[in-house]
Amino acid sequence: MSSHLLSLAIWVPILGALLVFVAGSERRATARWLALAVALAGLLVTIPLFTGFDRTQAGMQFVELSPWVGAFRINYFLGVDGISMLFILLNSFITVLVVLAGWQVIEEKQAQYMGAFLIMSGLMNGIFSALDGILFYVFFEASLIPMYLIIGIWGGPNRVYAALKFFLYTLLGSLLMLVAFIYLYLQSHTFNLLEWHQLRLDFIPQLLIFIAFLLSFAVKVPMWPVHTWLPDAHVEAPTGGSVVLAAIALKLGAYGFVRFSLPIVPDAAHYAAPMMIGLSLIAIIYIGFVAIVQADMKKLVAYSSVSHMGFVTLGFFIFNTLGVEGALVQMISHGFVSGAMFLCIGVMYDRVHSRQIADYGGVVNTMPKFAALFLFFAMANSGLPATSGFVGEFMVIMGAVRFNFWTGFAAAITLILGAAYTLWMYKRVVFGAVANDHVAEMSDINAREFLVLGLLAVAVLAMGLYPFPFTDVMHASVDNLLRHVATSKLL
Amino acid sequence: MDMKTLYLLVPLAPLLGSVVAGLFGRIIGRTGAHVVTILGVLVSFIASVVVFRDVEAGNTFNGAVYTWLQSGGLDIQIGFLIDRLTVMMMLVVTFVSLMVHVYTIGYMAEDPGYQRFFSYISLFTFSMLMLVMSNNFLQLFFGWEAVGLVSYLLIGFWFTRPTAIYANLKAFMVNRVGDFGFLLGIGLIAAYAGSLDYATVFARKEELATLIFQGTNWSLITVICICLFIGAMGKSAQVPLHVWLPDSMEGPTPISALIHAATMVTAGIFMVTRMSPLFELSDTALSFVLVIGATTALFMGLLGLIQNDIKRVVAYSTLSQLGYMTVALGVSAYSAAVFHLMTHAFFKALLFLGAGSVIIGMHHDQDMRNMGGLAKYMPITWITSLVGSLALIGFPFFAGFYSKDSIIEAVQASHITGAGYAYFCVIAGVFVTAFYSFRMYFMVFHGEERFGRDQHGHHGDHAEEEATADHHHGLAPGQKPHETPWVVWLPLVLLAIPSVGIGFLTIAPMLHGDWFGPAVFINHELHPAMEELSHEFHGPMAMALHGFVSLPFFLAMAGVALSWFFYLKKPEIPAAIARTFHPLYVLFDNKYYFDKFNEVFFAAGSRLLGRGLWKAGDQVLIDGLVVNGSARAVGWMGAASRMLQSGHLYQYAFSMIIGVFFLLTLWFNRA
Repeated sequence: MSSHLLSLAIWVPILGALLVFVAGSERRATARWLALAVALAGLLVTIPLFTGFDRTQAGMQFVELSPWVGAFRINYFLGVDGISMLFILLNSFITVLVVLAGWQVIEEKQAQYMGAFLIMSGLMNGIFSALDGILFYVFFEASLIPMYLIIGIWGGPNRVYAALKFFLYTLLGSLLMLVAFIYLYLQSHTFNLLEWHQLRLDFIPQLLIFIAFLLSFAVKVPMWPVHTWLPDAHVEAPTGGSVVLAAIALKLGAYGFVRFSLPIVPDAAHYAAPMMIGLSLIAIIYIGFVAIVQADMKKLVAYSSVSHMGFVTLGFFIFNTLGVEGALVQMISHGFVSGAMFLCIGVMYDRVHSRQIADYGGVVNTMPKFAALFLFFAMANSGLPATSGFVGEFMVIMGAVRFNFWTGFAAAITLILGAAYTLWMYKRVVFGAVANDHVAEMSDINAREFLVLGLLAVAVLAMGLYPFPFTDVMHASVDNLLRHVATSKLL
Repeated sequence: MDMKTLYLLVPLAPLLGSVVAGLFGRIIGRTGAHVVTILGVLVSFIASVVVFRDVEAGNTFNGAVYTWLQSGGLDIQIGFLIDRLTVMMMLVVTFVSLMVHVYTIGYMAEDPGYQRFFSYISLFTFSMLMLVMSNNFLQLFFGWEAVGLVSYLLIGFWFTRPTAIYANLKAFMVNRVGDFGFLLGIGLIAAYAGSLDYATVFARKEELATLIFQGTNWSLITVICICLFIGAMGKSAQVPLHVWLPDSMEGPTPISALIHAATMVTAGIFMVTRMSPLFELSDTALSFVLVIGATTALFMGLLGLIQNDIKRVVAYSTLSQLGYMTVALGVSAYSAAVFHLMTHAFFKALLFLGAGSVIIGMHHDQDMRNMGGLAKYMPITWITSLVGSLALIGFPFFAGFYSKDSIIEAVQASHITGAGYAYFCVIAGVFVTAFYSFRMYFMVFHGEERFGRDQHGHHGDHAEEEATADHHHGLAPGQKPHETPWVVWLPLVLLAIPSVGIGFLTIAPMLHGDWFGPAVFINHELHPAMEELSHEFHGPMAMALHGFVSLPFFLAMAGVALSWFFYLKKPEIPAAIARTFHPLYVLFDNKYYFDKFNEVFFAAGSRLLGRGLWKAGDQVLIDGLVVNGSARAVGWMGAASRMLQSGHLYQYAFSMIIGVFFLLTLWFNRA
């Protein structure tokens, strides 16, 4: 039984979604209760992954292997290590929140809406646990479809442009990844990821594979300068879409770097590291400045996501334990914090139907409970200690200073910029006298909204006060990865 | 109860009070909120006293509570270091906090945010205690940022006022600039010492001292110390990161006393003292500290001369006194800095709370030009404020005398680069301090009774106050000020006692008796100033008597006399001087243009840069040229190929002929 946990994590939400489609297409109440039950079941089956995880072991655990397409040696091959396990938990947790967040807000096609998120959730778990190149690629590409539909159907007025931009941008990148996979297959006669990790390659093929991966993953992260799809996608996406996009979908690119680029082509990764660090720092600083001047709250948080993800890529390419573990912590924390930020904006949008900062002011007067939670997440977004937002930034900055003082110096500028864009927005939206009639009519958050934001607040606080268990499960796998990356694989 | 539990109780009791008052404020009501928070701080204070007695008995402690993080060879633990420096800070923080809690019952009596306020100040007490009790850099940084957060919340407590929410954002941002340096300093320590635990790092200081900062020939330790000190400059409001402190006066007065005078702003002084084993290794860093501190001490004091808002006078005086403490750090007189920190905590909290009492008596008018002659109506506030002012100007036997005079003497005895400049600043600062302190004292408590007149005539000439006019209620014509209730004046009296006596009682052990022991490290061979001071010290009585015939005393008396002459005897003189030295007055009135510069250069500059990058980079270059450009290119290609399929037979025939010719040419030339 325990060996099928990963399959359950993938297929429970997906099959559950079909059930939601069938049973809930007529009755909204059935649809959402069923969706909640499926999401909770999906979360439950992932918990043994954490509790049963052997943290002394660096290799893959909960492995499932059975042939799929025998002729090309493509296998249904699943497994997690200390790097990927936490993302499955994060994804399943966020899915529950997204279902709750869409409870009353989505009025059209609720069953389909909930179902799309459940399918998305299952596919994401597939991405994080696939150990076969083709299986990974299938999940990776398939996950585009629900997100495309979520933006395209339940999105804002400009949703078609945004959905298409999102789809094409990411599809173009991943096609090159497929080419790289086929090349790797031709060299190794297998799609087994773990065997690819051992494959020896010349420098030029390594570099070409690195570039193919880079184009695919950089778009997903997104790294500067291929980030411009993200603000558009976020602005048009419904709240739940933004949450999943920020909390989970953005992690796929970064995950690709640690799972594919670094171990498969380590020499090329070292060669390209200065460029990657440079692009990461540009993302942190350049995007930080751009975020300050945004008038649309969702755009602002979208840009802040790009800036925070800059920390992740920076952490990976300085090749030390603090950096890599810090980057992984930052990915999880960003899942909580950016998710919460988008939910907060959604709460206000549901009441006033505007995302413009200028349409608000003095929200604290009418929504004090909300204002307190929003402040907490704003502080987490600015990296205040005792929130999860601090831990990852702190570790990456520590790692970066160890790598090179000036790299750390540039990265630490986020301390100032992050506070500037987040708190300036908070000031204009929440503080002050009641700005207009819309704000005067806002009602404070209800029990359901409080539950969703409260759960996230607990997660953010717990991870900020006690990050030890999160990093503890990573150590063995990260050390193994770094040892691996430090050895040349040239022929 | 064993001592470890007691150590935990000290910070956790206020935290519990804060959580209860914050989350259940509506259920437990106003009385419930202040009872539970005051109880929390009281428990914390009593526990601190017990810990103090235990430390006096020789039991220090350095140990972990739990492991926060392990990664990349760093083993970071949340833990406590209990030694004499810590325990002194614990006593100061919990005592002043307790006084402020009690005082708040009266000061905030009519405020709708009563429970929230108590929750915040208890949360502050928790954060500050975590900061001072830390045994490692990370927890120090935790406390550092947490007090900053509470300061942000409290400055913006009245969140509908535009000035308040401007001030709290500004305070947070300026502090973040300091934290930026601080975190880099911590990063360098982690990178080169391999630990963030104080004891481990200090044990490796000799190793660190030999290292060079990568890519330069600077000493690594100098870079580390300057980075750390930049953090202290933010928190302790040293030039040029001082700009947030005067604006922080937008917060309610009790927190000005607790946070922006007695405790939080002294965190930087405490931190550098804690780091004395590192700072002692770098004369360059010490000189930097000294010059910054001296500049703050004198030039911020000068700004106090022209303020008319009673709280702002005290705020600039706080800046100046923080400068004195920093100067002491610069000349390696760490114990003198901490000693001044302690005496200042008492008398400055007293002055702030006294000012708050005056503000209550004046019905929330803070303009000293509307006061005068209050001594008659508010006798307790009057006497206690006089005590505070005498302590501030360093009148012999008062607490401030011992600490300030020690600093001045230490500067005089020091030979470090910049000591000459610093000596000029601190000695000139004595005159300035006396002048603005007694200017305030005379304007408020003596002379003509100017209250109860038409308010608007006074406000019109000051644009800044006009913006906040809504909370300048003031006294109605004919109305008299009145003494405040006991919850307000009792803390004044309790603070006045140490403001008089604490210096006399504690100078001998703290400054000259090696009371701090290993908590403060001085390299006496390189920095002999403190040692020389101790040689010349013959007890507190002799020091005070000698104080009556010293230069600082004469300067202080001159300052008092001059302010008496200007503001009581001939009140028309100051205006005439302001007219005569108009450019200087304008310079002071604009606070040396720091704010204007920051607004134009940093605030507007970043917005301009952000907009430029967004419009030119993201929209034009990336989206316009590359993304939509490639979409358009695909479109053009489509359009071009569409033209080929025109449906006209002659075009097809024509292109076939061209094709045949082309192929034939290739065929014949193939050889």
